[in-house]
Amino acid sequence: MSRLLFEKKGQAIWISHLDLMRLFQRAFKRAGLPLTHTQGYNPRPSVSIALPLSVGVESSCELLEYELDMEQRPNHKEIVSRLNAALVEGVRVIHSYDNCAKLKTLAYLDATVDLEYDRGIPEGAVDAIQELFSRKEIIVEKKGKNGPTDQDIAPMIKKLEINAADANTIRLAVRVCCQNPSLNPMQLSVAVTKYLPQFAPDFSKSARVNLYNDKEHIFR
Amino acid sequence: MTQLLQRILPTVQKPARYTGGEFNEIKKNPEEVRVRVAFCFPDTYEIGMSNLGMRILYGVMNQMDGVWCERVFAPWGDMEEAMRKHDLPLWALESQDPVKNFDMIAFTIGYEMAYSNVLNMLKLAGVPLRSADRHDLKNIVFAGGVCAFNPEPLADFIDFFSLGEGEDITVEIVSLYDKAKAEGWSKEQFLLEVSKIPGVYVPSFYRHEYNADGTLSAIVPLNGAPEKVTKRIVEDLDSAYWPTKMIVPSTEIVHDRANLEVFRGCIRGCRFCQAGFSCRPVRKKSPEVLYRQAVECMEDSGNNEITLSSLSTSDYRGLKELTDQLIPYCAQNRISLSVPSLRADNFSRELMEKLQTVRKSGLTFAPEAGTQRLRDVINKNLTEEEILGTCANAFSGGWNNVKLYFMLGLPTETDEDVLGIAELVNKIIKLWHENAGMKKRGLRIHVATAFFVPKPHTPFQWEKQMEPEEYLRRCKLLKSRLNSRYTEYNYHESALSRLEAIFARGDRRLGAVIEEAVNHGAKLDGWDEYFNYGIWFDALKACNVNTEHYTTRGFGEEEVLPWDTIDVGVSKKFLLRERHRAQEGVITPDCRHGCAGCGANCLLKEAQCDE
Repeated sequence: MSRLLFEKKGQAIWISHLDLMRLFQRAFKRAGLPLTHTQGYNPRPSVSIALPLSVGVESSCELLEYELDMEQRPNHKEIVSRLNAALVEGVRVIHSYDNCAKLKTLAYLDATVDLEYDRGIPEGAVDAIQELFSRKEIIVEKKGKNGPTDQDIAPMIKKLEINAADANTIRLAVRVCCQNPSLNPMQLSVAVTKYLPQFAPDFSKSARVNLYNDKEHIFR
Repeated sequence: MTQLLQRILPTVQKPARYTGGEFNEIKKNPEEVRVRVAFCFPDTYEIGMSNLGMRILYGVMNQMDGVWCERVFAPWGDMEEAMRKHDLPLWALESQDPVKNFDMIAFTIGYEMAYSNVLNMLKLAGVPLRSADRHDLKNIVFAGGVCAFNPEPLADFIDFFSLGEGEDITVEIVSLYDKAKAEGWSKEQFLLEVSKIPGVYVPSFYRHEYNADGTLSAIVPLNGAPEKVTKRIVEDLDSAYWPTKMIVPSTEIVHDRANLEVFRGCIRGCRFCQAGFSCRPVRKKSPEVLYRQAVECMEDSGNNEITLSSLSTSDYRGLKELTDQLIPYCAQNRISLSVPSLRADNFSRELMEKLQTVRKSGLTFAPEAGTQRLRDVINKNLTEEEILGTCANAFSGGWNNVKLYFMLGLPTETDEDVLGIAELVNKIIKLWHENAGMKKRGLRIHVATAFFVPKPHTPFQWEKQMEPEEYLRRCKLLKSRLNSRYTEYNYHESALSRLEAIFARGDRRLGAVIEEAVNHGAKLDGWDEYFNYGIWFDALKACNVNTEHYTTRGFGEEEVLPWDTIDVGVSKKFLLRERHRAQEGVITPDCRHGCAGCGANCLLKEAQCDE
């Protein structure tokens, strides 16, 4: 099993997790890199992407596992350049490698959450949001398969920095749990809207920055 | 992408269909192009991107120097709502530029119930709906596709129609526009010149006159327009343009696979089938060319599935040669090869077994009618023996899923024909009990009936459509006899098929109905989620349209037909002869058992009709 580190940016952020798997399956084929297939009734090319990314979120640190069905495998540099020629704008492979860390040690991710205010950042917003995220308990509704449930997000926020990115944008830079349990960083924006309705942003968006293991070392 | 769109996308379903950016999408520098074409498909991205014609013409136009053709699809309801709320006009995927900024706006229309989408897309684009309200050379709206063979319901909205296969004529049209734009022609001057291109029909150059009873009395050509406009065809498919580098969608579409067209036209002559007559003459591609194009296309796209398409793939003479080459290639490259619309003959059965080495999907038959008598009337030469023989083989080979498609309301149909469907199903069930290897998995027979819609350019173009109440009575009669636990029966709603019938043989007076319906929210009529008969019912009433005129009345053989200006190659004389043979229950053998003289061979100048 090998792994790709890739980014998903620009208009590619609107491609869903399942569609992205299909896109990679075809890209490998276009690149002349046949994949091994799963066994069974309906064999599928063996690619899997760790931590499905929500539609509309950009990322600099996506991981994809794959296995080539080739006797003479090209080197990783070659794999990267062939794949990039076969991919779409916004999806770019950064590295391909073999020594993969065990997925179960993946524990945290760094993300940014941008809160956009069309009429400029309201006065007092930065301080109020800072205060909100220092609370012991922050209950936010989480949409799940069996309907919405309440989730306390406070224990899952490992680190948080708050800055004004520009006159209209507050940027939260956070480190959150990403496995057992996991926190979608966009829930921070939901929390602001719930607890501080006067500072509810007009729009918010998020980006994944990096992945960390349980010792908070970069995860690859 | 605008910030506005960025904000709308998270709020709608399947946002990837609105962004473009797929592999093989064609981008050009707007500064370096002279003509920009917004190629609109009047349905969603998932449907439109599955359309082979659109993919071919996208490639054809983008191959032209100084021309940039971009794609536009109908937005889903949630996106439409957001667009209206934020005043975001309809845009083209490649550049994200508003459609109203384009020189030419092209539509390909394959289904009458897409008419509301054509108008709704123009509306969402902020382009005036009526041709008469668009005064400039900019925003010239033209259309092609099967629906252009009776273009009259859209005559008020579309500046001109391009008839038949578009590979050559589209280049001629766009080149003329290029010249017109460079020389600063008026719209009138352009329409006059474009009407001289063979295959171009400019509806405003024809005056339709009516009798007191509402039938057409005359169609009068104006401005020197030809009395008949003959559709265009590509004679030699081997040398015709073929888009090897096709766009690979980044999101799942309806037909998510490569599509290889093996021939055009049909030798069969089923009397209800518009494509069977209007796509004639039969022209094939050679297996060598097809194999080469298949390999190029698969390597370029990375698709893992390819389908061989045509109106009746079993009738392709090179099928064995092609599949002998393709099957090993596909096996080696883990590509699944599918061959839909196979007939129940011996070779097809063998081929089916070779193709289905992994998965055993269902068997599908379209007998269309329940008795041999009625199948002879409609000239569907699929016999009960063929169906039962194939089923017996398939059951012993482990298949356990059969789909059967029929029509109800066919000319001369009686209750006996309706009940014949149930009898056929019972015979299939009996066969399964006798032949099935694995009875434990059970048997599933899906029966579906559609409501017969008479279509222009077919021998049934004069026929009545049945009253909806009578159609529904027949559906219920059949349902009462399909009571086996192995059987599932679905019938089409009558309302949609009735509307389809109205517009299929509609005339210019229906333009107002479409406009009225769209103004009241009609859109995406092909989708259950949006089809609303109430809107159409009100619109027909508001416009004082007598719906029986187009449906249950039937058209007289001497009557001037709204589509008489359009010549698809097959002669009216032949269609009439076929109609009379149908009434007598006499079949007409397929083209390979003797030319029936349909007339479509006259469209060929150099090549022979491939009977």
